[in-house]
Amino acid sequence: MNAGGAGEELRVLIVDDEAPARSILREYLERVPGVRVLAECRNGIEALKAAEAERPDVAFLDIEMPKLNGFEVRELLDAAIAPVFVTAYDAWAVKAFEVHAVDYVMKPFAPERIAAAVERARERIRLRDLPSGDAIAAAAAGTRPEGRPLERVVVRDGAKVHVIPASRLSSARAQDDFVEIRSEGKAYLKAQTLASLAAALDPARFVRVHRSHLINVDSLSRLEGYAKSGFTAILADGTRVPVSREGHARLKRLLGGGEGLG
Amino acid sequence: MHPILARPGRLNPYLAACMPLAAILTALLGRPGAGIRVYEAVAMAVPLTCTYAFMGLSVWYVCRQFRFRGPDAGRSLVTHAVAALLTSSIWVGIAAVLAAGWGLWSPFDGLLSRLRPQGVALFAVGVLLYVLAAALNYVLLALETAAEAERREAELAILAREAELAALRAQIRPHFLFNSLNAISGLAGTDPERAREMCLRLAEFLRRSLAVGERSSIPVSEELALSRAYLSVEELRFGPRLIVEEDLDAAGEPCLVPPLLLQPLVENAVRHGIATCVDGGTVRVGVRCAAGRLRILVENPLDPDSPSRSGGGLGLVNVRRRLAARWGSEGLFAAKRLADRYLVVINVPAERTA
Repeated sequence: MNAGGAGEELRVLIVDDEAPARSILREYLERVPGVRVLAECRNGIEALKAAEAERPDVAFLDIEMPKLNGFEVRELLDAAIAPVFVTAYDAWAVKAFEVHAVDYVMKPFAPERIAAAVERARERIRLRDLPSGDAIAAAAAGTRPEGRPLERVVVRDGAKVHVIPASRLSSARAQDDFVEIRSEGKAYLKAQTLASLAAALDPARFVRVHRSHLINVDSLSRLEGYAKSGFTAILADGTRVPVSREGHARLKRLLGGGEGLG
Repeated sequence: MHPILARPGRLNPYLAACMPLAAILTALLGRPGAGIRVYEAVAMAVPLTCTYAFMGLSVWYVCRQFRFRGPDAGRSLVTHAVAALLTSSIWVGIAAVLAAGWGLWSPFDGLLSRLRPQGVALFAVGVLLYVLAAALNYVLLALETAAEAERREAELAILAREAELAALRAQIRPHFLFNSLNAISGLAGTDPERAREMCLRLAEFLRRSLAVGERSSIPVSEELALSRAYLSVEELRFGPRLIVEEDLDAAGEPCLVPPLLLQPLVENAVRHGIATCVDGGTVRVGVRCAAGRLRILVENPLDPDSPSRSGGGLGLVNVRRRLAARWGSEGLFAAKRLADRYLVVINVPAERTA
């Protein structure tokens, strides 16, 4: 973090999959005194690598991009990097500010608008008004575009990024400040609370069966135990998940009380 | 309600049309040797014909219920036979009451007893009149069905037109324009020549979109030209990520299709296909014409991790609806998501200008 108030150098990353859009953004950014464009990235994966290597202060993020969209990139970037979303769509603005965007700039760009976004980023950095990683993940996961449930979960594992479709997510378990997500026999750790993940996933498919466990009902193979001693859910991949009394009630409600759940 | 009673102007012509029947009935009752005087025959025939005219209208309800279709044809016949006998009996009963009534007046003295030998003949006439009434009612029903079919067809035409308009409105998506303008703005700094080229391509696309919208069908060749204009704009935005391949059949190009059928599919292929792939890929457009059918195929790569669009997206729903409005069950449409590709096939009757 070497950028403070105006006059100091502001280190910027450009992330957009269209070359002409990147070049106009670079041109306008370089007109603003004290701005240094570190790199132009063509997609989210490149952006994560460049962010690791260059430690930018601000990332200008397009939203509709291949592999990872702008919000997913934001979720995986260091929380200290201030995001500015750039897009031709106005539909994402509310969500952008919910994930603590510094600004939301519409295409086509006006140079003054870009300069204003830079100014806002400087202000944010000067005030050290930066959210925690979990706050971003919670906001990113908790707000869904057009009210739809989360369709995929992105997890960063060192240099690698895993994109897990919600349909292949079999269970998740709270682990201190992380969730351990299980998918197709593998486990992934993500800095997020179980509550915010549960809120984002499709409630018709995912059930919080325990204070610190949620499961995908499609991957439930059977339920063991009795009302007195408590239940255990056995998943298709063999995982055993404890089921609380409230969790059992929720599961029963979702499955319509049938399927011999006692 | 019966169509003759539904409108006030129809009843009098209907009764007037029954008068020749009254004349025939008069001639039958007052025929020489029957012992009925002419004025007596008239006094019986006219009221009886008018009575039957009204009784015949109620046959409508029987006809509407039993239309000689399917396995119930036999039941229809039995129902009609029972109704005919019943109607005729009632009618003969009315005739007897009428004759008795007239008989109270001296010029008609003994009319009922003199008419009695003709009871069977009158009953037969009643049955014949029933057949006539049923025939008339079936004709009216057929006319009504035809009018209904015509109305439904007109409604369908309006629906099809509305679908077209919706398609046109949705056509030029604002974000496509905004993204293109932003790209022009970007190229203007680094490559002014290409910026000008993009202005021209965008203008070409807009001009073509506006021109085709006013027609109800256009040849496939024009639809292809519009799609190429669209793709040429996107090529400047996506650069080497977008490759276009065409596989065309010369016989397919003059075939007629509703405007803006292919272009939305190509746009989807770019937005939901090419744009999701880091390295892009190839959009394939195929047109084939064989055995009286026109086949249009659009294929694009997609990122296997990208979430599937529910129902194939609004653009595809629109195309499907327009094909149905135009060709009914003959307009086939299929969209399929494979592991790393998306495939859309349209298969419709090959129509050409006469």
